[in-house]
Amino acid sequence: MSGASFQGTRSIPHLTSERLLIKGGRVVNDDQSFYADVYVEDGVIKQVGENLVVPGGVRVVEAEGRMVIPGGIDTNTCLNKAYLDSPPVDDFYQGTKAALAGGTTMIIDHVTPQPGTSLLQVFEQWQEVADRKCCCDYSLHVDIPQWDEGVKDELEVLVQEKGINSFQVYMAYKDLFQMTDTQLYEAFSFLSNLGAVVLVHAENGDLIAQEQKKILEMGITGPEGHPLSRPEELEAEAVFRAITIGNRVNCPVYITRVMSKSAADTLTQARRKGCVVFGEPLTASLATDGSHYWNRNWAKAAACVTSPPLSPDPTTPQHLHTLLACGDLQVVGSGHCAYSTAQKAIGKDNFTLIPEGTNGLEERMGFVWDRAAALGKMDENQFVAVTSTNAAKIFNLYPRKGRIAVGSDADIVIWDPDRIKTITAKLQQSALEYNIFEGMECRGVPVLVVSQGRVVYEDDKLNVQQGTGRFIPRKPFPDHAYQRINTRNKVIGRQAVSRGVYDGPVYDVPSTPKYITPAPSAKTSPTTQQPPPIRNLHQSNFSLSGAQVDDNVPRRSGHRIIAPPGGRSNITSLG
Amino acid sequence: MSYQGKKNIPKITSDRLLIKGGRIVNDDQSFCADIYMEDGLIKQIGDNLIVPGGVKTIEADGKMVIPGGIDIHTHFQMPYRGTTTVDDFCQGTKAALAGGTTMIVDHVIPEPGSSLVEAFERWREWADEKSCCDYSLHVDITHWNDSVKQEVEILLKEKGVNSFQVYMAYKDLYQMSNSELYEIFTFLGELGGIVQVHAENGEIIAEEQARMLEIGITGPEGHVLSRPEELEAEAVFRAVTIASQTNCPLYVTRVMSKSAADIISQARKKGNVVFGEPITASLGTDGTHYWSKNWAKAASYVTSPPLSPDPTTPDYLNTMLASGDLNVTGSAHCTFSVAQKAIGKDDFTQIPEGVNGVEERMSLIWDKAVVSGKMDENLFVAVTSTNAAKILNLYPRKGRIAVGSDSDLVIWDPDLVKTVTAKTHNSAAEYNVFEGMELRGAPMLVICQGKIVLEDGKLQATSGLGRFIPCSSFPDFAYKRIKARKQLAVLRAVPRGMYDGPVSDFIPMSRGATPSASTRSSPTKAPIRNLHQSGFSLAGPEEAPIRPAGRRIVVPPGGRSNITSLS
Repeated sequence: MSGASFQGTRSIPHLTSERLLIKGGRVVNDDQSFYADVYVEDGVIKQVGENLVVPGGVRVVEAEGRMVIPGGIDTNTCLNKAYLDSPPVDDFYQGTKAALAGGTTMIIDHVTPQPGTSLLQVFEQWQEVADRKCCCDYSLHVDIPQWDEGVKDELEVLVQEKGINSFQVYMAYKDLFQMTDTQLYEAFSFLSNLGAVVLVHAENGDLIAQEQKKILEMGITGPEGHPLSRPEELEAEAVFRAITIGNRVNCPVYITRVMSKSAADTLTQARRKGCVVFGEPLTASLATDGSHYWNRNWAKAAACVTSPPLSPDPTTPQHLHTLLACGDLQVVGSGHCAYSTAQKAIGKDNFTLIPEGTNGLEERMGFVWDRAAALGKMDENQFVAVTSTNAAKIFNLYPRKGRIAVGSDADIVIWDPDRIKTITAKLQQSALEYNIFEGMECRGVPVLVVSQGRVVYEDDKLNVQQGTGRFIPRKPFPDHAYQRINTRNKVIGRQAVSRGVYDGPVYDVPSTPKYITPAPSAKTSPTTQQPPPIRNLHQSNFSLSGAQVDDNVPRRSGHRIIAPPGGRSNITSLG
Repeated sequence: MSYQGKKNIPKITSDRLLIKGGRIVNDDQSFCADIYMEDGLIKQIGDNLIVPGGVKTIEADGKMVIPGGIDIHTHFQMPYRGTTTVDDFCQGTKAALAGGTTMIVDHVIPEPGSSLVEAFERWREWADEKSCCDYSLHVDITHWNDSVKQEVEILLKEKGVNSFQVYMAYKDLYQMSNSELYEIFTFLGELGGIVQVHAENGEIIAEEQARMLEIGITGPEGHVLSRPEELEAEAVFRAVTIASQTNCPLYVTRVMSKSAADIISQARKKGNVVFGEPITASLGTDGTHYWSKNWAKAASYVTSPPLSPDPTTPDYLNTMLASGDLNVTGSAHCTFSVAQKAIGKDDFTQIPEGVNGVEERMSLIWDKAVVSGKMDENLFVAVTSTNAAKILNLYPRKGRIAVGSDSDLVIWDPDLVKTVTAKTHNSAAEYNVFEGMELRGAPMLVICQGKIVLEDGKLQATSGLGRFIPCSSFPDFAYKRIKARKQLAVLRAVPRGMYDGPVSDFIPMSRGATPSASTRSSPTKAPIRNLHQSGFSLAGPEEAPIRPAGRRIVVPPGGRSNITSLS
């Protein structure tokens, strides 16, 4: 790339000099493919069409009929998530380099505050680090480590002022991040009122804690203990529960890290029932399986440790690809969180201490192409949808991101569907000394990557600079998730049945606090004296003619009478 | 007849009965044969039996003779806030006998914090005094700690209780956390008990109840609105997951909705040992009545989980019974008078929960499932009697017509049509949730402990005759598979050399804690890593011992261990 004039200042660099024409490519969006040239100026796509009139001195890239696709969006990275004080080896710089080399031009990273810290503060720290280091555009999810009143205010600020519309809650990590069902209910209601998307880490933490204890007691301390203590049923159970709660409070639910067939199936069934729910498999779950946990090389086994774990069922990746192809799963993330073997070795004597996370940022798009598009499971448009467009829609970035159209950001990838690459730690951008996909062949690679209108990857060479990535704020109420929710909110009015006042006999009970669930509360022994039940078998309360003076005065005027499905109220006198 | 009416097992020596010309219907086959009974036991079955003289002979005229029904779920004489349900053990078992049910299993509900064994003894006392038919007891575990553990063990091993109910609903009262459920399931799985689950997500219900009351819904419709069927399905799913993890057989009481039944069905397809019990009410009626404008009528349907407002639910559940996805039927008979229900006239959460159904159970299933051709007469016997006996480990003493079995049997008239009404039913309740239904199929003659208790529409039951039937642990029906799986499910560690690569410095955490970042450092701190030093030692140290000697190497599905040096 000729004398790129990036100032390298911390602020958003000026890109005025960058004019680019991609000629002779086949533009592939999620809805259609067509031959057109793409003209880019100032980091934005200015023209799409044939025989474009462009100024002179523009750099021309010949696409030679190859696919021109919107740059990928990786919805799940953890590039700044420290484990016991030591940060992952891939920071925002290293990580986004890997992203660009794989055709991903935007990442959404997880801000992971510790319980008790301020969400806002941690968010700002994250933003500061990312602004300094990122080579591509980024946005942030904020994880909610615990639920209390203080968090609510911060969430509101984050949504309304900071451009965050997605928050993660945890159903696992007992006594740390885990929320109870009641807290989840409250968090879901609160976030759906704000118009945010709820991301859920779905695993049953209570049961995991029990299983971990059991397995350590049995003397299993190696990485195989990790999947043994986190079987996929616990993932499926939590997915089911999260969806139930989401559906109750009418809140869109986004399941991060769909790792197993049963979790994916649960999600699929919920979609069949009309629930607004999205699923995100990871590069790792799409490309490899959990048999590696039994590897006799500790380091290799530990490298695969992530949560939920990779499923030991080797048919899992295929199944997940199939669901991606048919639209039951929507987005692909990487869950990229890279810890060196030395860091992993913190848990060498106890699998529960192994820091969790795998690589996958660079390999993400390639594997989806190789395992799904190249095999005919999905077409190129669906490929674009699951790697980029759907993410942009769910997180309210569309059509700025995720589409090649006039006015969209110039994040563009020229994709070669036939080139084969062998994955190896030696050639990867990530700073890790291993790669969990080591030795796998992958068909389909980016040949040229344009980020913010400039060519950053070409001829297997990266040309990036730290700090050029911008934070992309996201507005609440993304249409893709909230259109249905909003309509449902309008139609679900619930009303009481207007009845006359019940005027029959009432059994006298010792007063109990209101709102407790009814149940036998004061049981007396049969020997102690107790009042006999007051009942009168001859007096029926089904008054067939029991008209009272105030019958026609409903207690709450203005309430409509709801007819239930198939409703009837035959034996009755409107009391 | 010479019944002494004593509290102990009465002598029935004088009772000799011969049923001639009936068609015996068991859960596996039907055949025509005579039955000779003596001393409350079936002594002979066959044609042309040689029997002593002076035996009372009943002509069955080719009608079905079936094992008496077992109602596996009742709440007779249940204490509730200083009062009790209107049907005590006498009234309740009379209603049972009138409907062709010759054994009931009642739930003992100890107060949270009180002794399980004491509560059990109290219930025994009540039932021994009044019950007209044989009975057994489930004990509900309403709180969990070490002393409860010991009591459960006593109940299982000495008192003849093999089934215990836990609650996933009733927050702050009976509800168990997931960890407690895990412990209980593990414990009972080892002792050979059956875990019964009241499956509803209590936490969400509490939230929904508060919301309903806030928006001004205080009537019985609030009950069903705050307990939607998804919360039932969710809890069933969770219970199935925990049971599968702990390898414990699971029994879901009160399957009230299609989605809960579907979850059970799916779990069974995946091989989980799980049984589902729809109740008379969910098989016979639906939740549209909660919107009735007659408060008393609406309130009479209040039970938990609630009846589903989906009117196709009863048909669906009957189909699931017929396909074997659901296995047993109870009535959850728990009747309160209207005055008692009216405790909650201004707040639906205060309405005492429970519906009738012990008398209607068998007729209703016959009418809904057999008459409509969904199930055959043998399966009818299975879901109303035999399966329950198997789960309770009472089979073949109960639930089968065979030599040596108890002579609890019913001559069933498949064509007799009766109209259900509170005016003529045997329950003391002044309403009936099946009011006005015409049910085809009814008992013509009921024999309980070898004596005729119902004949020509006349009930001749004697209070206090019922015996407590102890149930033993490890019922084959549930535990054969569990035991086999236990043997297979031994987990083994992978024998590896010692990891000898570099280890990051870290602040030690307590063992067993869930891993995660616990103290975040500022991002400016340099990462500790050495890119040149790989942790993959291709030539591992030779002296490293394989730690657990004699352990087999477990090959995972699709397993491989390619990049490796076995140290």
